[in-house]
Amino acid sequence: MENQPNIVLQAKHITKKFGGVIALSDVNLAVHTGKVNVIVGENGAGKSTLMKILSGVYPEYEGQIFVNNEEVNFSNPKDAMQKGIAIIHQELNLIPYLSITENIFLGREMHNAFGILDSKQMNKKTKELLSRLDCNLNPKTLVSELRVGEQQLIEIAKALLEEAKLVIMDEPTSAISDTEVESLFKIIASLKKQNVSILYISHKLDELFLIADRFIGLRDGKMVGTIENAKEAKKDDLIRIMVGRDIKNLYKKEMVSFGEEVLRVENISLPKITSRSSYLIKDINFSVKKGEVLGVFGLMGAGRTELLEALFGMHSKIMSGSIFIENRQVKIKSVMDAIKNGMGLVPEDRKEDGLVLQMEISKNMSMASINNVVKNGFLSTKLESLLSKKYIEALKIKTPSEKQLSRNLSGGNQQKVVLSKWLATTPKVLFLDEPTRGIDVNAKNEIYHLINDLAKDGLGIVVVSSELPEIMAISDRILVLSDSRITGEFNQENANEEAIMKSAIM
Amino acid sequence: MTDVKNTLVKFQSIIALLVLCIVLTIMSDKFFTMENGWNIARQISINVCISVGMTLVILTKGIDLSVGSILAFSGAVAAGLLKFGLEIPSINTYIGFTVLGAILTGLTVGGALGVFNGWMITRFKVPPFVATLAMLTIARGATMLWTGGFPITGLGENFDFIGTGWFLGIPMPVWITVVLVVIAVVVTKKTQFGRHIYAIGGNESAARLSGININKIKIWVYAIAGILAAVGGIILTSRLDSAQPNAGMSYELDSIAAVVIGGTSLSGGRGSIMGTVQGALIIGVLNSGLVLLNVSPFWQQIIKGLVILVAVIMDRLNHPNDD
Repeated sequence: MENQPNIVLQAKHITKKFGGVIALSDVNLAVHTGKVNVIVGENGAGKSTLMKILSGVYPEYEGQIFVNNEEVNFSNPKDAMQKGIAIIHQELNLIPYLSITENIFLGREMHNAFGILDSKQMNKKTKELLSRLDCNLNPKTLVSELRVGEQQLIEIAKALLEEAKLVIMDEPTSAISDTEVESLFKIIASLKKQNVSILYISHKLDELFLIADRFIGLRDGKMVGTIENAKEAKKDDLIRIMVGRDIKNLYKKEMVSFGEEVLRVENISLPKITSRSSYLIKDINFSVKKGEVLGVFGLMGAGRTELLEALFGMHSKIMSGSIFIENRQVKIKSVMDAIKNGMGLVPEDRKEDGLVLQMEISKNMSMASINNVVKNGFLSTKLESLLSKKYIEALKIKTPSEKQLSRNLSGGNQQKVVLSKWLATTPKVLFLDEPTRGIDVNAKNEIYHLINDLAKDGLGIVVVSSELPEIMAISDRILVLSDSRITGEFNQENANEEAIMKSAIM
Repeated sequence: MTDVKNTLVKFQSIIALLVLCIVLTIMSDKFFTMENGWNIARQISINVCISVGMTLVILTKGIDLSVGSILAFSGAVAAGLLKFGLEIPSINTYIGFTVLGAILTGLTVGGALGVFNGWMITRFKVPPFVATLAMLTIARGATMLWTGGFPITGLGENFDFIGTGWFLGIPMPVWITVVLVVIAVVVTKKTQFGRHIYAIGGNESAARLSGININKIKIWVYAIAGILAAVGGIILTSRLDSAQPNAGMSYELDSIAAVVIGGTSLSGGRGSIMGTVQGALIIGVLNSGLVLLNVSPFWQQIIKGLVILVAVIMDRLNHPNDD
């Protein structure tokens, strides 16, 4: 602290664990007043967790937080708000069918002595707040009529109403258009002039250089360095802070010899529903051989999940391009077609899309291949039990019995149930979308080994992941997606973290 | 300890039913008699028919408000065709109907209206509540049109046998209901179709990703609900020897009550046919008991409402994880 900068918020020795998983470990952070403080780091580095602690979403943690040199203990976001800390989440928290004013004043409405709302006064105040943000929207406009960028602005206005001294922004540009990004940056500049501090998370490096005053690097839940003068920093400096995670504990892939080509896709494109001219994925070409694990890496919004969904028949009405299974072109108009042609998809969100949580493990496992447990037209509990016992044993699923409800399993074991469901269909190609999201380190390792075993059995596997060390450890070949296109391809020899990250932010 | 608790939870509606019967037996000497038993069984048989379909619908996280109106329309169609036949003046044709022909046509009409419900819900994404609310009005209006607002009576002995006859010492409506319940239990527990119903209600997105044809299953479920409502309509018409234009008014509410009391979750994916049967029995026994005890009909309604609340609160306490 040679220049003695003003510090609006200081966090000391912050550690946060989820169950056995350490999300943050001994993090020290100082947020400088009136500056744009940018936190950079890969997915899973702990950025969002840190933000949630600072804004009172997670009240339980080890360590201390000081706001203007006064120690604070937030038990909820409202506490944080009262101390002048506001967070703008990735997903906006506005109520669509209320007006701008009603949203801004939600929970702190102005009213007269009879409890009647003072709309005039509130609208006037809203108008003032909006003009501070150089915005001339009518305060009575419904939020549902606003574009996402404008909605973000409303969130910021809400923070200003509370006289926030520090505004935390979590990936604010991930969902808005380029022109909206421009106006957001203007707003950030004017907030700075009003001496409001910004703590900003993003991994779009290009835009960060436009607004950042200082960079703070986070990796594996630890602070890895700060760059005080952002204007002089180079892209390579940043990439160096972001990558380089400790992977010596991670698993080492066994080599498998490849067979024939099992899947080939040509010119797969998926336009956005809202506009025909922009794309969720564009002109994707690749092929996978039997026994091969193809990794697809990309940052958020690159089109990873959309690619898998498109191949799996979920967007057949708007998708264009051709799919070949074992060199034969197939028409995939629905999920049913995809399954019939030997595909399986382990979705990103296993609780939302993978499992029926209130059903037994055995019923979840037979769900996609239920014909195999039918005897004389009726479901056979015996066949179903046999099937599920086979996979419980093969995948080492920890459960008292196959009748256990899926809800009661740990994340790693739930993921194995979803995998079993697909293995029971005897697929030729398996798509895995973020297969280790939200599961602990040991279970991750088990899943990696499983993927390797399945490849050995001759499956073609496509794994999507936003975790760089993971994708490098488990893939034979890596495709990088950025902004809906393939921007790089790496094999075991030429893959290195910095090169992959460079393609991902192209 | 938890085992005891689990068992109690599992059989809570049977236990409630037993307690109810014992209390009523003590309080009224007319309750525990053969005659009253058959009375109750006959009275609830229509509700059970409808509620079997309603259970399937609710298991998929849907609702069917149109069953009462479909019941009325199908019953009226069967009665009208049986009595007057079908005259098509434009092509100078008259078609007469046998008892079987009239019944089958009535069931087909019920099924068709159910398919229409399902089509609205799957093809146009109309929420089930709204789609079937519309059908409630449409089918009631159609009944009024068909009957001209007057009952159709005098349907003949053969037709009346369905609602009033006895076979092997058991009333016909009870036979029909028991057969339907047995089929429904087997279908829900032992067939792919049944499994898919539970999967869709439990997690539609996961079911879709598992290759289950959501729309097809849903249309079938609403069709079955329509057909079973029509079965109820035929039984009712036959029992009264008359198709009333306002038959089945608010039957959908009794049916939903039976399903809910029977432990089927309105958020879908959890519940059973046998639970619903117990739910209908509880309502039937309660109704009969309250009448025998000379409780005023106004109080009867209040008590029934409270029973529904208690059943749902118990269900919530037992399944705190469901939304």
